[in-house]
Amino acid sequence: MRLTVENIRVLDPQQDIDQITNFYVSRGRILAIGKEAPEGFEADRVINGTGKWLIPGLVDLQARLAEPGSHYEGSIASETKAAVSGGITTICCPPDTNPVNDTQAVTELIQRRARQAATAFVLPIGAITKGLEGKLLSNMAALKNAGCIALSQANSPIQNSLTLKNAMGYAASNDILLMMRSENHNLKNNGVAHSGVVSSRLGLNEIPASAETAALARDLILVEETGVRAHFSLISTARSVEMIAEAKKRGLPVTCDVAAHQLHLTEYDVMDFDSLFHVTPPLRSHEDKAALRMGLKAGVIDAIVSDHTPLDRDNKLLPFGESEPGISSLETLLPLTLRLVEEGVLDLNQALAKVTNHPANILGLHHGSLEMGNSADFCIFDPETNWILDRNEMISRGDNSPFNGWEFNGMIEATYFQGRPVYQNNPV
Amino acid sequence: MRLSTPNIQLNEKGKLRHFLTIEGLKHHHLTEILDVAESFIDPSTGDINKLDTLHGKAIMNLFFEPSTRTLTTFEIAEKRLSADVVNLNIETSSTKKGETLLDTLWNLEAMLADMFVVRHSESGAAHFIAKHVAPHVHIVNAGDGQHAHPTQAMLDMFTIRKHKGDIFDLKVAIIGDVQHSRVVRSQIQALSILEAREIRVIGPKTLMPSHPEALGIHVYDNVEEGLEGVDVVINVRLQNERMKSALLPSEKEFFNLYGLTKERLAFAKPDAIVMHPGPINRGVEIDSEVADGEQSVILEQVTYGIAVRMAVMDIIFRNAKELLEEKRQALLDINTMETSE
Repeated sequence: MRLTVENIRVLDPQQDIDQITNFYVSRGRILAIGKEAPEGFEADRVINGTGKWLIPGLVDLQARLAEPGSHYEGSIASETKAAVSGGITTICCPPDTNPVNDTQAVTELIQRRARQAATAFVLPIGAITKGLEGKLLSNMAALKNAGCIALSQANSPIQNSLTLKNAMGYAASNDILLMMRSENHNLKNNGVAHSGVVSSRLGLNEIPASAETAALARDLILVEETGVRAHFSLISTARSVEMIAEAKKRGLPVTCDVAAHQLHLTEYDVMDFDSLFHVTPPLRSHEDKAALRMGLKAGVIDAIVSDHTPLDRDNKLLPFGESEPGISSLETLLPLTLRLVEEGVLDLNQALAKVTNHPANILGLHHGSLEMGNSADFCIFDPETNWILDRNEMISRGDNSPFNGWEFNGMIEATYFQGRPVYQNNPV
Repeated sequence: MRLSTPNIQLNEKGKLRHFLTIEGLKHHHLTEILDVAESFIDPSTGDINKLDTLHGKAIMNLFFEPSTRTLTTFEIAEKRLSADVVNLNIETSSTKKGETLLDTLWNLEAMLADMFVVRHSESGAAHFIAKHVAPHVHIVNAGDGQHAHPTQAMLDMFTIRKHKGDIFDLKVAIIGDVQHSRVVRSQIQALSILEAREIRVIGPKTLMPSHPEALGIHVYDNVEEGLEGVDVVINVRLQNERMKSALLPSEKEFFNLYGLTKERLAFAKPDAIVMHPGPINRGVEIDSEVADGEQSVILEQVTYGIAVRMAVMDIIFRNAKELLEEKRQALLDINTMETSE
């Protein structure tokens, strides 16, 4: 299909484009951006984009699609539909599936299901260790060759420092990107809430900031020693931002991301024991939230991720400490990121970069940009329509969102994947 | 910044509907409990009479965690108010067969329960249950995780008031495991609402919450300094069952550093009272000489626990009845107005 979107505000941080112009798509690829149509181009369909924005399809470095695993909590088909309704067209799924993505067979299964769904790019992340047990290395190179975009331990970081060092050394030899979640399980001590004023008052088992920073310090030292390319996922403390900034200054090959909810919620949100606010790492202090926002602005934090974890209601209908941690968040990644613009934390270009080209660049991909020849993955966004999140109307199979009832400005009107509309809110 | 829990334990008139935590309650809520408890005790004999206030009400004691003392005093309190009492042995209940907590509760609710007295190992469990039961069912928290044990705190306040006349302006020291104690969190909140002059806690850093300032307390590492000039000494036990890592070298060393001995008690005011929510571990946190000494009011606490728990249940059901009657009256008024029109 050949498509023209006319008179639309095209925003692409990768190419530093922000202009009202026309956008041309041919055979699933981006053909051109500009007032003049390429020579000989005749559109099958023309969309009037007046008053709307056209942005690259978002790249989410961490979202669970619940497959393979429990059909009850979602599937690649259901969750990619939720993703595109939130403007996300590239999704990296961590290996904590059931079974764990530690073999080529599981990687290929995920890819096959994603092709069948044909809604978004699904890029599997393989496990660093077999069964995510932190003991034996998986066949790391084989996983890479099978299509794993990176390897990680999801929420089960390797506790044995020698095993981690070996994994890093092996990954460095094979040019494999490691996505690290820094967490010391001894210091975490089965905690469920940030070690702060709220946990002190409520008597919730505490997770100190040092559970993250002590592990991060170790991990950074081992990165320096092995030279592995490391991406630190879901950093949550002020001290972590400082440590990553320092590592970058020293020239270490590191990047990092933050979960969108950490930029808007704090430990105070768990005051009434609502398990929808139970996440890992836990919601931190106001000071941490402020530092994470500063880190984003300063470029220390490269990307914002959803850390989507769809859960069925039974997993949340439990006392706080017994509930499963996690938020269904594909549908709120873009709204929460744009809220940072409204709150003056980032400008629009910076905000979009954190969810489009920056995460793509970390993976070494061309996704998340509107460059000519790229897969035509983009969204048409209406900045004037306000909406209120109703968890009962979420597209994800998991409706575990603590943002229920939040009002957001602007909404995705349509999402295109490989030139085809895969989501349409209102006919455009 | 949201500083307090949305108070789901109060009804639309601002009166107790559930009793989940001391936090967020007002001075008058606490004094009402203390005054009603006082009224249940015969001044001449010290006995607690049997009343028929809760005749026809079904109260289920749901103890998801073992307890003897609290369960027994609740049961006695319920029976003294003439309620129908059911104790549920959760160890053999359906939750062990995979039924969820809510399914269990909803089934019990269908058996026409009017009140659940709940003990659970998770902080916030009583709040969770209160949010999900039918509107006519009341919840009394009999201890949840490390969060709250409000009836225990109130019986402690009752005991202090009995001996000191008032809580206002008193200096109170709490020695021991603050971090893992639901009782201490509730005591601190009650003392604070009732305007104690100073609340001190004494113990090593490993037994303190990470942010004691959030509780409005002064932390002392040194027992003698912490006990200096206090009116009330509350000794709490080491919550070994809730300690997940090595927090102390040994019970012996703890006793040597923090154990409440006669010599240390001498730093408090001469008329200071010594309390302990029990069960006491002699030679670990308290010396027998002190536990059984003249200043000890430990056994009184247990007796007062019955009156205080009776008061809490009586007030909750009275508030519910009052609200219902007001609503009925309002409905009658509307009907009368419509008829006269």
